Order: sequence, then C-alpha cells, then structure tokens
Amino acid sequence: MSYKFTVSPDFSPDYLSGWFIFNTWLQRALGRSFHLEMMDNFQQLHQAIDEDRIDLIYANPYDASMLVRDKGFVPLVKPRGGADEAVIAVRADSDVDAVESLFPGIKVASTDDPDVHLMGMIMLEPAGLSHDSMEIKQCDNYVLVAKALLKGECETGIFLDKAFDELSRPIQSQLRALVRSEIQVIHHSLMAGPRLQAEVGNLRRVLSTMEIDPKGQGVLEGLGVSGWDLVDEEETEFMIDLMETLTYSPD
Amino acid sequence: MISDMNPEGIVGEYSESIIQLYEIGPRKVLVTNNEVPYPDGRLIVSRTDTKGIITHVNRSFVEMSGYSEEELVGAPHSILRHPDMPRAAFKDLWDTITEGRIWQGYVKNLRKDGGFYWVKATVIPNIRKGRIVGYTSVRRKPDRRRVEECIPLYASMKKKEQEGSQ
Ligand SMILES: Cc1cc2nc3c(=O)[nH]c(=O)nc-3n(C[C@H](O)[C@H](O)[C@H](O)COP(=O)(O)O)c2cc1C
Repeated sequence: MSYKFTVSPDFSPDYLSGWFIFNTWLQRALGRSFHLEMMDNFQQLHQAIDEDRIDLIYANPYDASMLVRDKGFVPLVKPRGGADEAVIAVRADSDVDAVESLFPGIKVASTDDPDVHLMGMIMLEPAGLSHDSMEIKQCDNYVLVAKALLKGECETGIFLDKAFDELSRPIQSQLRALVRSEIQVIHHSLMAGPRLQAEVGNLRRVLSTMEIDPKGQGVLEGLGVSGWDLVDEEETEFMIDLMETLTYSPD
Repeated sequence: MISDMNPEGIVGEYSESIIQLYEIGPRKVLVTNNEVPYPDGRLIVSRTDTKGIITHVNRSFVEMSGYSEEELVGAPHSILRHPDMPRAAFKDLWDTITEGRIWQGYVKNLRKDGGFYWVKATVIPNIRKGRIVGYTSVRRKPDRRRVEECIPLYASMKKKEQEGSQ
C-alpha cells in the first residue's frame, strides 16, 4: 500500500523539487511507499482532506484544527525556528506612517495563505478595518503583492515575513514595513493521518534525526529547513485554541 | 496568593482603591493615569487552570504587566484587575467560558507600576477529550474608537454596581 503525502499549497515554489526529494528520502528512511501529490489551491486540498485521501501533510496552522480535531491527525514535527509571521507594508513614498492612519475603503493586496492573511487582518484591526471595510486583491504570490503596491493598485499589502525579506533589493527599496507580527507560536507542521498511526513513532524518529544523517542534511537544505523539532499534541492543541481566538467573530 | 500593591513600585502620582476579589477578598490597589500603549504586532497570551490561576504567560504578557514570570505563574488572574472595570464584565466572561464558549471583550488592565493598558481579549476554554481543562486568553491591539466607547460605558456600569451594593 502507498500512503498519500501532500504539502499545503502555500509552500514557496523555490522548494517544489525539494519536497519531491524529501519524499524519496522519507520512503527510503521508513521503508514505506509514499506518493507525493501537490494541490493547486486550498480548495482542492480541503476536498482531499474531507474525502480522507491524505495520510501525511505539511500543514498550514489554519488547517490544524480540522486535521487534528475532525480528522484524527497527529502532529509530528515543525521546522526549527520556523514560526510564521506577517508584515504589513506600504509603498516607501506613502504618507501612511502607522496602521492607524489607514482608512476604511482602502485596497489591500494579499494572498490565499490563510494564516498569513489572518495575522495581517489582526494587525489592520486597530485601524477599524475588517473584511467589510476594505477591498482585497488576492494575488498568487508575494512578488505580485509587492507589484500591486508599486503600481499603486493597492495602498497596503500583507506579506509572509520571509517572503517580504526575500524580495529583490530594487523592489524592497520601494516598500516600507509598517508592522511586523511577533506571535512566535503559529507554525506549519508535518502531521500524520489515521492510516499512518502505526508509523508515528518511526516517523518522529527518522525526522528528528534527519539533520545528523549526511543525506538527510542535504535534503533539509533543499527545503530551506535547518532541522525538524518534535511537536507534542498539547503544543498543537494550544496553537489550535490560539488560532480559534483569532478567527472568532461574535456575529 | 495576591498581596496589596506596594507604593515603592509605583511610578508617578497614584490614588488608592480597594477592590473585592472573588473568593480572595479585598485587595488594595494603587493606580496612576499612565497609559502604556499596546505594542504593535504582538499578542499577549496567558493560560489558566479552571479556577483562573495563571499557569503560563508569554513574553509580551510579562513585559506589559510589569510583573516577572515567577510572580505571575501561580497567581490568580485578577492580579491585573483594574478598579475601573465593572464586575459585570468578568461575570459575563466566567458565565460564558464555563459553558464552553468563547468570550470576547475590551479590558483595562492594571500594571504592577500602577499604570494601565487596554486590550481586546478573547478567552477560549481548553477542551481536551471533551473536558474543560483550563482557559487561554489571547489579547491584541484594540481599535482606539472601541476603547473610547468602553470608557463611559464601563464607568456607568460601575456606578450602577456601586449604587446597587449600598
Ligand atoms: C484565561 C483568563 C484570562 C483572564 N485575563 C484577565 C485579565 O487580563 N485581566 C483581568 O482583570 N481579569 C482577567 N481574567 C478574569 C479574572 O479571572 C477575574 O475574574 C477578574 O480579574 C475579576 O476578579 P474577580 O473575579 O475576583 O472579581 C481572566 C480570566 C481567565 C480565565
């Protein structure tokens, strides 16, 4: 039998081949067969999860609640130092010097990365801004978010911090960060589904020692990860509760 | 445990009040008019057991409250109770979360140095294997306009509570 592995569609395209190489490494390390299938978007991913077609997933924190509480997934590992954080930025020549000087009716460039978008929205809230009082331009990636600002199509943009910091020099010099989140506990994680339950111990062992395996080291580099840290269930439950406080809206 | 506030730690001119804490009794608090602005981009996070005793605080919590982590963990969460907050707000909070639901509201918190800070707080019951094992509160930077609405509202709620208790 072959297990189905997928990566949350918000992964950086730079690491596409890295994930396929990781899949090959994992099959050797575990002596089990995995089939890696990339999804085009979150809708496709959620349908696959809903139909119980996924056994192993590199999951966005936004999906953790559904995976753990509805689908019986268990967390395995997270990337070391890999908390997700968001940046709110404007064009460098903009008059706006703080989130509080943004006004209802503005256009905001963002992506469909659910956790980054959520953190961005939380940082816009002090200006009285919500989905109802802004127009959102959904872009396919963070370079396009930057371009929407540079072309003047949007007044502000929501970025994943790493993506913002990796924008090319010429683009970055024309942008200015207004706020950076420092939340520190929202992170992606690898999670195993019910059919992989018997392999959880082995998965944790091979993943947590991957960085000391000479082959494993190179594979990690291809993902931009220095090593995997074990995640226990309570850490994930805590993150899920925290995400629920951020998505909660009384009406 | 929770002790009266110590004048030595207070920064600036202060006034004294006595607040009544649930199952604890009276506490003398010293309050100043210094508002500390909520730091941008941060979440202030704490967790409690089912009785409201603090079990975990994050770094932003420690920095904003002015207490050390050692002083906070093991203390009742009412260590931050500001005398300007109406009792009804916390009754509503506890009624909601003990039923297993999420509570959200604006809270004025008291710092160790007598100053205060406003937060938008969301408190969620930690449900594990179907049981409430504790609570998590996540605070974020509030919209100033909402805070300006709460100031007179909370003042009139407090006034009614004081009239009612006489
Ligand atoms: C998770 C959690 C977080 C809380 N955070 C605060 C807080 O930041 N400030 C506060 O005054 N009360 C907070 N409370 C409410 C206190 O437990 C307490 O009810 C309140 O300070 C009023 O004191 P009293 O209940 O003794 O009258 C929190 C309660 C819980 C369960």
